[in-house]
Formats: sequence, C-alpha cells, structure tokens
Amino acid sequence: MPGPSHTGMVEKRGAGHWLSHAGLILGVLIIAFPIWLAFVASTVTNQEIVQPPMPLWPGDRFYENYSNALVSGINAPVARMLMNSAVMALGIALGKILISLLSAFAIVYFRFPGRRLFFWLIFLTLMLPVEVRIVPTYEVAANLNLLNSYSGLIFPLIASATATFLFRQFFMTVPDELAEAARVDGARPMRFFWDILVPMSRTNMAALFVILFIYGWNQYLWPLLITTDPSMNTIVMGIKQMFPSGDDYADWPVIMATSILAMLPPVIVVITMQKLFIRGLVDTEK
Amino acid sequence: MATITLDNIKKSFGKTDVIHGVSIDIEDGEFIVIVGPSGCGKSTLLRMVAGLETITGGEVQIGGTRVNETEPMDRDIAMVFQNYALYPHMSVFDNMAYGLKIAKTPKSEIAERVAVAAKMLQLEPYLTRRPRELSGGQRQRVAMGRAIVRKPKAFLFDEPLSNLDAKLRVQMRLEIKALQRELGITALYVTHDQVEAMTLADRMIVMNAGVADQIGAPLEVYANPLTEFVAGFIGSPATNFLPAAALPGTPASAARVGIRPEHAWLSTEGEARLTGTAVYSEALGAETLVHLRLPDGEMFTIRQDGARAQPAEHQTCHVAWDTDQQMEFDEAGRRI
Ligand SMILES: Nc1ncnc2c1ncn2[C@@H]1O[C@H](COP(=O)(O)OP(=O)(O)O)[C@@H](O)[C@H]1O
Ligand SMILES: [Mg+2]
Repeated sequence: MPGPSHTGMVEKRGAGHWLSHAGLILGVLIIAFPIWLAFVASTVTNQEIVQPPMPLWPGDRFYENYSNALVSGINAPVARMLMNSAVMALGIALGKILISLLSAFAIVYFRFPGRRLFFWLIFLTLMLPVEVRIVPTYEVAANLNLLNSYSGLIFPLIASATATFLFRQFFMTVPDELAEAARVDGARPMRFFWDILVPMSRTNMAALFVILFIYGWNQYLWPLLITTDPSMNTIVMGIKQMFPSGDDYADWPVIMATSILAMLPPVIVVITMQKLFIRGLVDTEK
Repeated sequence: MATITLDNIKKSFGKTDVIHGVSIDIEDGEFIVIVGPSGCGKSTLLRMVAGLETITGGEVQIGGTRVNETEPMDRDIAMVFQNYALYPHMSVFDNMAYGLKIAKTPKSEIAERVAVAAKMLQLEPYLTRRPRELSGGQRQRVAMGRAIVRKPKAFLFDEPLSNLDAKLRVQMRLEIKALQRELGITALYVTHDQVEAMTLADRMIVMNAGVADQIGAPLEVYANPLTEFVAGFIGSPATNFLPAAALPGTPASAARVGIRPEHAWLSTEGEARLTGTAVYSEALGAETLVHLRLPDGEMFTIRQDGARAQPAEHQTCHVAWDTDQQMEFDEAGRRI
C-alpha cells in the first residue's frame, strides 16, 4: 500500500534495524575488549601493566616491544616461532588436503578388495582425537627420530578422516559421465584426478584449507610433547613457555605482543580466503 | 572412419542378463540408430562399443580389429552423453581441446581444429565461456564439438537430445545428421524416440529387452516389421492389435493381427470389418486421430485426413482396412 502506512513501516523497520545493530555492536565490543587489552598491554611498559589501574589506551612502546619480541623473545625469537608455526600449519593443512584428496579418489573411483573396510577404518579414526592416541604416537615419533623436527610436528597429524570423508562426499556428487567422458578423451586415472577432480574441488579445498590451517596453527599439546629445543617451539605453545616458573617476573608487554602476533596469521588466512571459503561451504560448482 | 562389427555381443550384470546377443556389421560412414523403450539395454550396448562397460560375451571390432580388451581411449571413438558431461571448470575451448591436449597434438593444430569445429557449430562467440554460462542447446553443441575435433573412427551418441526442448531437438537432429554426412564418420546413436530414429538412421536396430528384434532401414522396418514388438514400437500413433480370432479369414497360425491407424478408415456398414463406439477425436489440423472403443473394451485408433468428418461422441462407427496391409503375428509375436 502506498502513502502513510508505507512510510510508517519504514520507520518501524528503521528502529528495529538500529536496535539490532546496537546489539551487534555491543556484542562485538564485548568480544573484542580482551583483544584490545592485549594490544594495549603490548604497547606499554611492564611497569604500567603491573601497577593498577591498567591502561586502556595504547602507549608509545609499540615498536620497541614488538621488535624485542620478534628478534629476541624470551626463550626463542618470536620470528623463529612464527616460522615454525607457519611450517607446521601449512604442512598439516596442505598435507591433509593432498592425502585426503588421494584417499577419497581411491575410495570413490577404484574398486579394490577391502574398499569398504578401508573406508570404515578411516571413518572410525574420526572418533579418535589426537589426545587419545598421543602416547603411542609419541613412542613411534621418538623411535623414528622425529623429535624436535618439522617432520615430527607435521606427519603424526597429517592424516585426516574428516577431510577424506568430505572429499568422498563431494566426489560422489560428481556425475559418473564426467569420468567416462575423460576416459574417452584419453585421460588415465591420475590425469583425470589432476585435470578434472582437483580443479573442481578447489572451493572445497579452500574452505578446508582455512579450517585446517587454523587447526594446525592452534596445535598445543603435540608440539609441547615433541619439541624440547626452544628453537623448534611453535608460537601457540611458545607463549605458555614464556611464563616464568617460580617468582621470576613475567615480561607482559613481550608476551602480549607475541599473543597478538600469534593471532595475526589465522586472521589473515581467513580474510584472504574468505570469498572462496564461503563459496566452498555454501555451494558446490557442478 | 571405420567399420564396426558386433558379433553376438552379450552382457550380464552379475546374474542378470541384459543383452542377449546382438550382431551387426556397420559400414564405414553409416548412421546406425539403436532404438527401444527405456531399460531395454541400448545404453549398455553402446557403452560396450565405447569400452565403458566390459563385454561378457561375443566380440566388438572397430576397423576390423578386435577391441574387447582395449581401453576406451585407445579405441579412437568419441562419445556424446545425455547430460553432455562437459568439464565445468574449463572454457568451451578447453573442453573441446582436452582430448587433443592429452594426445599431445601440437598447440597450433589444436587451435586450428577447435576453430574449424567452433565455426561448424556456431560456437565461435562462446569459446572463452564456461559451460554453465551456456544454454542447453549450446552445451549440446560443445559436446558435439568435443567429439568432432578428435576426428575419431566413430561417434557414439547416448540420447544426446533428450534434455532439449522439442523445437531445439528437431533443429539439432537435422544438424547432427548434416554434420555426420559432411564428416562421413560412422555413428552409433541411441534414442528411445522413434521419430528421431526414423529421421536419422541409415539403418536402425530396434531393441526389445536385450534382443535386437529387427535391424534395417527405417522405412523397411516400418513397412515390414518382423515382430509384434517392432510393429507396435515403430510408427506413431502406435499400431492397433486385435486377437486373430475376432477377424474371420486370418491364417490359423496367427494369434494377433496388427493394423496401423493410417491404414484403417471409417467405412460403411457393408464393408466393415470391425464396429466400435467413438470415444474421442484428436483433431491435429492436417489429420485427425479417431479413438474407438471396441466391444471387447480395447481401444482402436484411426488416423484420417483432417478434412474428413469426425464421428460424434458415442456414435457407432464401422472400420475397414485393406487386408494386404494387415500384419499377422504368431503366438511368439513373430510375423507370419
Ligand atoms: N551397472 C549396472 N548394474 C546392474 N544393472 C544395470 C547396470 N547398468 C544397467 N543395468 C540394467 O541393464 C538394463 C539396461 O539398461 P540400459 O542399457 O541403461 O537401458 P536403456 O539405455 O535402454 O534405457 C536395465 O534393466 C538396467 O537396470
Ligand atoms: Mg540409456
């Protein structure tokens, strides 16, 4: 209906609109406040932190604290820990994607004895988180001389039942005729895999990459067990190592700067991959 | 370009026999249509020629060589699928070029062959598009293009037009026929649509539950069906079948008699061979289909010129036909 009732509705919707926005903004503030505090703490002196009241606005020591953390850190330079974390997270994310793509390909496109059995075995491992099998895994890693190495950080975590399962589900929606067309066109199985299946899975791969990168980045228990050399520490576990044992004083600005630095890479990954990521979760391209 | 020979081809899926032995010698450049109702094994037969389905018994030869154990890619055939099976992430150009790329054809030659095919199929403006940015008819053409650029020994089509609307189907049918003629490549074409079969085929294989009931030129099959199934399947509207006992003067061995709607007419009481009640008439303009109910409850269709008078509903009608044109079948459905 035109006329007054129409504008009335707009006004009413306008009010609701603003109200819900106010609610959302409040929520964001509440969630962001601790992060803001951490950032503030990373830009002031330790003195200012330990003396109440705690400052709420950034100080002037940003450059000093961050360069201090990156170059020397407490046990190991944070730059080194960031590198270790990046290698581990990338290794886990990319490795998981590659391995699950291949195993899903095998399960969906090849008939071999025990195919179902293998699928269900993989599926079963979904129910076993790292923590459950951590002792035997440690034993194996130690025997293979993988302690304090990137291989030790990556390989024990590289198999992924979840990703295998997801790719299997995706491959099963790819029409059989596509595989047949490729066969008639002369593509042998691995050619079909690389030329057709992998490009078709790219949005799924992007979504998984984001999730797996964060999973790898946030690993805590495993790196804690397998690395003893500070130069092999990852940043997430490294933060914990920065706390002094006993009565030593904690260097809060450096620890907070490290925390902020530890948060950045996952944020960057999410933001840069956002478009692909959402597309991968929402629709499949067929 | 090659001959194709099927020698008593059989197929079973586990214990179910799907194809019971089909044989045909296909000449170089011939257009063969495999036609039959859904589920009769047309696709299975075609897929055995393509190499996508193993052959349970018999032999397939392409160009005189046995190919039973040859992989699809080494049979040098091209296939067009019902849902086109285009690679969704590749451009039209790449879709067409993919087979050539795998065969390590030089880039310049690929570009040239794709250009020729694109021109033939009026796809030139779309070469950089993705399949999902094309209409159904254009996708169909890309699938054709992918087959053409390969210059294969044979084209295999599995119901390539069934996803198109009626008008486009007629147009593409003509284009496919023209292309195949121009290129002179042997073609095997599967369809359940008897009109498509009649118009495209040099010869057609009429399949009935895994058996090739009849192999022959379309008009020959129409004029001279060898089985009751073929008489009923080829020709539209479908042939009327009557129990032979109801018609005096049929041979003793005949069990059923088939009369094509176009061979029967509404007659005077004197020459009538049948009497029924008009149920309804479908006036199509040029022709009218008159549907009668016979005393035993069966329906009988007559196709007559559109200019002739239609019987009123419930009117009693007399039907006559030329006994030379009636088709008699024995108990097993074979033509006498
Ligand atoms: N992979 C398969 N496994 C078992 N039965 C199959 C398979 N493929 C086809 N069939 C059966 O074979 C028969 C013929 O199928 P098909 O050749 O696809 O028929 P059409 O193409 O004539 O419709 C059908 O009864 C179908 O159920
Ligand atoms: Mg079929």
